[in-house]
Amino acid sequence: MIEELTNVRYAEQHPMDTLLRQDRLPHIWCSGCGLGTILTCFVSALGKSGLDPDKVAVVSGIGCTGRSAGYLNLDGFHTTHGRAIPFATGLKLGNPDLKVVVISGDGDLAAIGGNHLIHAARRNMDITVLCVNNFNYGMTSGQVAPTTPTDARTSTSPYGCTEHPFNLPHLVAACGASYVARWTALHVRRLERSLVEAIGKRGFSFVEVISPCPTYYGRWNKMGSALQQMHYYHDNSVISHGSDPADADVDLGGEVICGVFVDVDKPTCGDMIVRSQP
Amino acid sequence: MTNEGVLKGSFFMDGDTACAEGAISAGCRFFGGYPITPATEVAERAAKRLPQVGGVYIQMEDEIASIAAVLGASWSGKRSMTATSGPGFSLMMENLGLGIITETPCVIVNVQRAGPSTGMPTLVGQGDMMQARWGSHGPYEIIALAPSSPQEIFDLTLRAFNLAEQYRTPVLVMTDESVGHMTERVVIPDPDEVPIYPRRRPKSPPGNGYLPYAPAEDGVPDMACAGDGYRIHITGLTHDERGYPDTVSVETQHKMVSRLVSKIKDNSADIIEVQEDLVDGAEVVVVAYGISARAAVRPIRMAREAGVKVGLLKLVTVWPFAEERIRALAADVKAFVVPEINMGQIALEVERCAAGKARTVTVTHAGGGLHDPDVVLEAIMGAAS
Repeated sequence: MIEELTNVRYAEQHPMDTLLRQDRLPHIWCSGCGLGTILTCFVSALGKSGLDPDKVAVVSGIGCTGRSAGYLNLDGFHTTHGRAIPFATGLKLGNPDLKVVVISGDGDLAAIGGNHLIHAARRNMDITVLCVNNFNYGMTSGQVAPTTPTDARTSTSPYGCTEHPFNLPHLVAACGASYVARWTALHVRRLERSLVEAIGKRGFSFVEVISPCPTYYGRWNKMGSALQQMHYYHDNSVISHGSDPADADVDLGGEVICGVFVDVDKPTCGDMIVRSQP
Repeated sequence: MTNEGVLKGSFFMDGDTACAEGAISAGCRFFGGYPITPATEVAERAAKRLPQVGGVYIQMEDEIASIAAVLGASWSGKRSMTATSGPGFSLMMENLGLGIITETPCVIVNVQRAGPSTGMPTLVGQGDMMQARWGSHGPYEIIALAPSSPQEIFDLTLRAFNLAEQYRTPVLVMTDESVGHMTERVVIPDPDEVPIYPRRRPKSPPGNGYLPYAPAEDGVPDMACAGDGYRIHITGLTHDERGYPDTVSVETQHKMVSRLVSKIKDNSADIIEVQEDLVDGAEVVVVAYGISARAAVRPIRMAREAGVKVGLLKLVTVWPFAEERIRALAADVKAFVVPEINMGQIALEVERCAAGKARTVTVTHAGGGLHDPDVVLEAIMGAAS
């Protein structure tokens, strides 16, 4: 056994190295954060999608997740807070041959960028949005977000969140998205498969990933280590494909409903622009 | 891109329409907009015309989204623009800064109305001139042009696109309600004869060490776009020549900002355009721009008839400011008279450059109309005495 271990030959290159900017690593994310895992799932999904990486552009906003674009060896755009989706809209309409993926966080996409999120879903803009939801603003050290569950504590809701949170799959589904799914950072294989589907989908595809933030959200809410949060996801996730996303609210300490909620085909904004050409 | 569907000939059109046509002649094929008086007609014309020339018009959910889409479209390789007025211009300020720091060519038109806030939506103002210069946070230089007629809106919108490509920066067309809604003859040149400054593409194919922010000799870097195979990283954070963020190095910040500023300052002789009428030998020079330059013609004529040697210096380029010209004139003239439809903005620049050598007389107007010619005449006569 020991001999076997010492004879392990390290691969010269990781299979995903070509899709990561090696010269930007190590990343800035905290120990226990789900973002590294989620980025790995995205890179694996991109590899499996068969797309030419030269024709894939990633756009992000501001925040922890917003740093994702900077680690990917793709055309990457790290834009302003909340504005990744309209930037991506211009990029896609300007060059329909591109696959445009927005990777950003819940605060960026649902608070300051909420207006753009609902309108891109309504238009069925042909982009994929990967929304990493850690229920708080991690980059600025854990403030309350529009996704923070009622009663959850953060640095700006020290007595508990006094608002009702967004149920993001329900929101974008109601607005007209073509593909809507939710997973957690624990569901690496399902997430990867779902991302392959989302990337391949024509139209607005939205994948929410619930991700641990042990440094802030987890600490404020006494959720224990990152590993304990993964155990929580394991014990409390319910996979319910095709179920009504209206029933997928996330409560503090409650179940996390996962799965693919919406997968429909309809004309994209770009299709309809082409169709209307004089 | 072809010139099929691009107009040529002589037309009777309003300034807003001429703006959209100037953009199309310049090769603009993307407009992200949001309706706002008195700039709506630019969007309406773009919505009708862009699909006829193979372009895309999209009405975004607000002006923040509009400028974000315009920046995205520019990185897709398209020449792109938006048009707005005061309230929308305010909303665009943050992403204007993103365009500046990422060196994204695009054109933003502001058909100015009277402010502050919602102000007088249908009536003229020139109150956004300092906002154009300083409205986005942080240190930077900006290019802004100020047309005085529908023909000039056409010509300067076209020039704005070329300047945007040449210097890789957002360029502002600071017109106003009076010019935007004025209908006159506009001559549109043959599209095959329109000078087009092409996008500065990288000189070598991908894989040869292309650096997105390594400047050429004129201080401006070549621009690879999404999908070109260069795998660029573009960020609004302070970045090095690779485009990689470096948010803790004072040296990187200094180098980046210095170049963003100097690429415009060092080329200001090329960028700055002024029009002069009887300025040499004048004792008083009226400095004006946009509709105020046009409205100044009559009081200047009246003053000349009364025997005053008065010239007109029209700022076609407002930013960067024609400071060398004002400095030179300040040694020879008694005073500058600056009529503008605000409470004194460009007058401050004139005063700065005159540096006490000549008096600066500000002729203010809160907005909603043009200066009464008698008021400007009185200022000229007072300045001459």
